[in-house]
Amino acid sequence: MKAICWEGINKVSTERVPDPTILNPRDAIVRVFLSSVCGSDLHLLGGYIPAMRSGDIIGHEFMGEIVEVGPEVKKLKKGDRVVVCSVLACGGCEFCHREEYSLCDNSNAEPEWTEKAYGYPVAGIFGYSHALGGYAGSHAEYTRVPFAENTCFKVPDGISNESALFTSDAFPTGYMAADFAGIEPGDTVVVWGCGGVGLMAMHSAWLLGAGRVIAIDQYPYRLEQARTRAKAEVLNFREVDVLEALKEMTGGRGPDRCIDCVGMEANSTGVEKVYDYAKQYARLQSDRPAVLRQAIMACRKGGTVSIIGVYGGLIDKFPMGPAMNKGLTFRMGQQFGQRYIPTLLDIVARGEVDPAYLLTHKLSLDKGQEGYMMFKEKANNNMRSVFAPAG
Amino acid sequence: MANAFKTFIPPNPKKSGRQRQAKGFTNIGTTGRVLSVLGGAALAYYGWSRKQSPLGKSLTTAGGYLVLRGASGFCPVNEALHIDTAHSKTEGFEVTSSVTILKPRQEVYQFWRKLENLPKFMQYLEDVRQTGHRRSHWVAKVPKNIISKEKLSTVEWDAEIDREEENSLIAWRSLPGSEIENSGEVRFTDAPANRGTVVQATIAYHPPAGAAGKLAAKLLNPAFKELVKQDLRRFKRLLEAGEIPTIIGQPSGRKNENY
Ligand SMILES: [Zn+2]
Ligand SMILES: [Zn+2]
Repeated sequence: MKAICWEGINKVSTERVPDPTILNPRDAIVRVFLSSVCGSDLHLLGGYIPAMRSGDIIGHEFMGEIVEVGPEVKKLKKGDRVVVCSVLACGGCEFCHREEYSLCDNSNAEPEWTEKAYGYPVAGIFGYSHALGGYAGSHAEYTRVPFAENTCFKVPDGISNESALFTSDAFPTGYMAADFAGIEPGDTVVVWGCGGVGLMAMHSAWLLGAGRVIAIDQYPYRLEQARTRAKAEVLNFREVDVLEALKEMTGGRGPDRCIDCVGMEANSTGVEKVYDYAKQYARLQSDRPAVLRQAIMACRKGGTVSIIGVYGGLIDKFPMGPAMNKGLTFRMGQQFGQRYIPTLLDIVARGEVDPAYLLTHKLSLDKGQEGYMMFKEKANNNMRSVFAPAG
Repeated sequence: MANAFKTFIPPNPKKSGRQRQAKGFTNIGTTGRVLSVLGGAALAYYGWSRKQSPLGKSLTTAGGYLVLRGASGFCPVNEALHIDTAHSKTEGFEVTSSVTILKPRQEVYQFWRKLENLPKFMQYLEDVRQTGHRRSHWVAKVPKNIISKEKLSTVEWDAEIDREEENSLIAWRSLPGSEIENSGEVRFTDAPANRGTVVQATIAYHPPAGAAGKLAAKLLNPAFKELVKQDLRRFKRLLEAGEIPTIIGQPSGRKNENY
């Protein structure tokens, strides 16, 4: 089959590789209809996540059709149209029982990496480096799906492939960010980052009772999506002083809930930018935490900072003093997709949110490099490049 | 070789809790060799599975050395140091590791007590057969690629359960005359707040006598610790998830390797 493989920093290539097979009793094989790039794939592309190996098939957000199931798979059958959660969960461990699926004890096939780096192993994620399981990703004609009954969700008939696709990763991730923010009715919620996850976090903030949603980004076309699709007030951090603007917009109180949908490769301005780039470049720090710092400074006293943008390693110059003295609450994590996907499919089926607008560029698998670079460089008003192996 | 040794002797190795006399083990020709092969294979396997890291490479080298030493019955270190490996006291070494499994204690215990199940999660065990209520025959495998010219692809011994408390403890030891002297003890206790069962395993090996044996013990202990830990993790996965997650055999864009 054809698959898009990570080759090295900023380089992917479309290769002929063997078809995947059932390796464990709970596996299924899914014929991929649509597979999207995700902002967090850019951290892989840029070489900021260690434990990538040249030749790894990437991609973690996808939907398609079941073509084969292992002997222990009862609830799925050949022909089922499914959306596949990007995070793998065994269903039997303490964390799966708590519905904290991305903390699953068992789904990471190479647990030694995160056990050493983080103290305990975390769940496997499709196509997301050997630290997170080493599983082959979804930018391929077929993908092997471990723990298929926990990972695949049948798509109701009324929902198109394009709308279902983003309930794999972007929508549940954004929804979890809003859920973790602890929004109370009428709260002012600020979302840093107007990519797919950020936009979904804005929709979710409304669903969870926000009184006001403010979006921050630097690309006018993404801010325009936030304004028109997600009904957010928008700030371009290249044009305004974000901290001052947020304070002014909230009558001097500050926003109640601050959501970081950017993560480790945040863009910033001024001295901070030079400092973070220099340290990251010298590999003295793996992450550039400009958004996180800003969210902590902006947040009102006693407010919540919800972090869903991906961080990989250590950061420094973390504003602990402001965080502690302002009594902030922090919630964070990789998405607990299995907890949210059924709810989100209902929301999409009722037409309350239709994430299909994120799909701006549909490409064949042969256009891997082009799709990735367009997404990375935010060219052609690209929100998401989506590969359609089945045409 | 010197490098590997230098790197992997812990600067201040913990003394084993159990001091043992090497009764009945007076030559390096059989026990020493077999232990060396088994331990070396474990070390090499551990190293190989991490072959990308410098640690893994060195372990593979050290493990390969021990396998060769065992397979050939010749120990260059011994010879260089004029070490007499017979008739001297030596230390046993043992490792302890714990894991919590979200399953009722009885279920966890019963799975382990059926000794035939052990090779399902213990990577170096090929077969365990119960020959009586308490007696069993064990077969361990040694990766063939490391000692392809020798016929030592498996090592066998008999063991006996010498203490057993239903649903809380199993302890076994190898029978006198076994090629490998080893023993183990597994405790099963309730985890707090309905979090399942804590499984604590202590596995002991008795290296050949003398300085070479001590060296082997020092070298092998970290690798065995890792192996026991990995095996307990595999046990947990088998019981909680019903299978042991793997990526071996999946496609990739690497030539000649599909995972
Ligand atoms: Zn993602
Ligand atoms: Zn789990």
